[in-house]
Amino acid sequence: MSILVDENSRVVVQGITGREGAFHTKRMLDYGTVVAAGVTPGKGGREVEGVPVFNTVKQAVEKEGANVSCIFVPPPFAADAIMDAASAGVKVIVCITEGIPVLDMVKVASFLRDKDSVLIGPNCPGIISPGKTKVGIMPGDIHRPGNMAVISRSGTLTYEVVDQLTRAGLGQSTCIGIGGDPIIGTTFIDHLKRFKEDSETEGVVLIGEIGGTAEEEAAEHIQKEFHKPVIAFIAGQTAPPGRRMGHAGAIIARGQGKAEDKIAALQEAGIAVALNLATLGGTVLEVIGKKLTQIKPYLDSHLP
Amino acid sequence: MKLHEYQAKDIFSKSGIPIPNGQLVTTAEQATKAAQIINGPPWVVKAQVHAGGRGKGGGVKKAHYPYEVVTATESLLGKPLVTPQTGPDGVIVNQVLIEEGIEIDREFYLSMVVDRSTASPTMIFSTAGGMEIEEVAAKTPEVIFKEHVEPAVGWMPHQARNLLYGPEPPLTPAAVRGLMAVMANVYKIFIALDCSLIEINPLATNREGRAVALDAKVIIDNNAPFRQKELLELDDPREKDPLELMAEKYHLNYIRLDGNIGVMVNGAGLAMATMDVIKMAGAEPANFLDVGGGASEEMIAKGVEIILKDTRVKAILINIFGGILRCDVLARGLVAAAKKNEIHVPLIVRLAGTNVEEGRKILSDSSLEFLVARDIAQAAELVAKQVSGVN
Repeated sequence: MSILVDENSRVVVQGITGREGAFHTKRMLDYGTVVAAGVTPGKGGREVEGVPVFNTVKQAVEKEGANVSCIFVPPPFAADAIMDAASAGVKVIVCITEGIPVLDMVKVASFLRDKDSVLIGPNCPGIISPGKTKVGIMPGDIHRPGNMAVISRSGTLTYEVVDQLTRAGLGQSTCIGIGGDPIIGTTFIDHLKRFKEDSETEGVVLIGEIGGTAEEEAAEHIQKEFHKPVIAFIAGQTAPPGRRMGHAGAIIARGQGKAEDKIAALQEAGIAVALNLATLGGTVLEVIGKKLTQIKPYLDSHLP
Repeated sequence: MKLHEYQAKDIFSKSGIPIPNGQLVTTAEQATKAAQIINGPPWVVKAQVHAGGRGKGGGVKKAHYPYEVVTATESLLGKPLVTPQTGPDGVIVNQVLIEEGIEIDREFYLSMVVDRSTASPTMIFSTAGGMEIEEVAAKTPEVIFKEHVEPAVGWMPHQARNLLYGPEPPLTPAAVRGLMAVMANVYKIFIALDCSLIEINPLATNREGRAVALDAKVIIDNNAPFRQKELLELDDPREKDPLELMAEKYHLNYIRLDGNIGVMVNGAGLAMATMDVIKMAGAEPANFLDVGGGASEEMIAKGVEIILKDTRVKAILINIFGGILRCDVLARGLVAAAKKNEIHVPLIVRLAGTNVEEGRKILSDSSLEFLVARDIAQAAELVAKQVSGVN
């Protein structure tokens, strides 16, 4: 098993005719992802990498049975693209786009409240269930199928962590980048609830960063409800207050969002925190090794 | 993007939020004239810089005679102002706002931000005006009141009543009316200008209940300029570090810090984590530099150039986990930068991910002198060695 996406996912790429959209469509196809359709308004009828392009997500759903969307639409049009996918009934919407105005996301969050679509992102690398499907921009070859889940607010930092897991012989069930913006579709807690029910997932690596209180909320949730091993890492322990560290959400403002507070909250909840990225893989192995005996190395498993 | 107080007040005034009469000056002569035109005594002379904590840093002065307006202006203009939020060198004051002193009955705090957890614009009101809201929140959270806005509906009068009929002692009916109007206008501006923060602290009322915004802080969402083009004119490049300004031009995410290890990374999270690793190895990063996902050779070369312009830098660590950004692109950019600028400090390179072999080959075939780090742990070790050698 895995969560949200697997070999049955039929992906529609929104913004497929753009530079990024076309490039990553090819990479996803190479990985084995079923890219069933693309959408670019006004360019319906074309093909990109052999994938049929439609004018609306509704058409892509009706004609090709798309059930997962991956959005590469530029910031001014991205909020509308998310709503387009949700209106068409797409169940999992992954928004890669970086730079969407916060007030647009306020509208999106309100719009999604009574829909049963799950939004991942925006400003995220996407989601991958190794060996099954990859919906996003992460390099597929560093992943291996296995039993560790990864939930992260970051992009390349996630690759670093996944790479260390794989080298440590720990494959992954599903890895999700939830996004680096102040308002995101789904949080750590939303996905922890899914991983709790996923029999294949035996432990979770949670990668947070400065800004907001998502890690503190996750800590509280884990203490009460989540009983699989969790290892956390927080980026930005040395970040100065008041400066936005790249991600729109990564800012220590009004004394809130400090790494030390997050680390303290996680530790108080009994969660292992890897303080040093350089040795994270080892920390995970230590924690998992203590609690699990049946972890199998997946280094030799075949790539899709 | 931060606005100056005078720019924010200009927006307030045009939107119907009362502000004190005032004038922006850049010379002592202008200050002399301003003191003649503006009602007084007293007058308030305020340094216009983006950094907060101006009051504590001596950037806000009260003047009781016209000559004091001029001397206060002279004491600020062209000089560095050090506040709790600036570095030890402070920031140069280029402009001063001279305002009439307002007779105050009560002072309040009012702000609007987007609340992350509810994904909604939120009005925050407090009777503890003129104080730092962080302190108030820590010591007397019971005097802070909040209302979340339903995005599809917008700000409603009952929400203002919820905020204004709560506090003790009760507000006068006239003050309630005045503050209700301010709240409605704050919401209007917040939405119309894509703000990430509007803060009025203090928001004063006089004995007649008239509300006046004595201070004004407005921050515009950095993701919104494409539809807020006219606001870009309000950007003040003098408030920024010259290297940060140069980075901005090339769409690089660069923030100057206090250490001496130059850092270049792809991705904000990995960049922060790399800074942390450097610190744990006993060194201090000189900067945060995220070249982003789709950086070109030129952007990489510019990034190296910016790091090299920082004379404090004693060693450079490049940590790239190739995803969209391919390692060969990074390597070519690095070689190009080295051709243009002499790299006179130790260079430590850690490459992983997409096209890593090609990237490594380009680097080793070049005349560039550099140390290869196998992984981030070794990169940290090498940095620590450089530092212990230097210091």
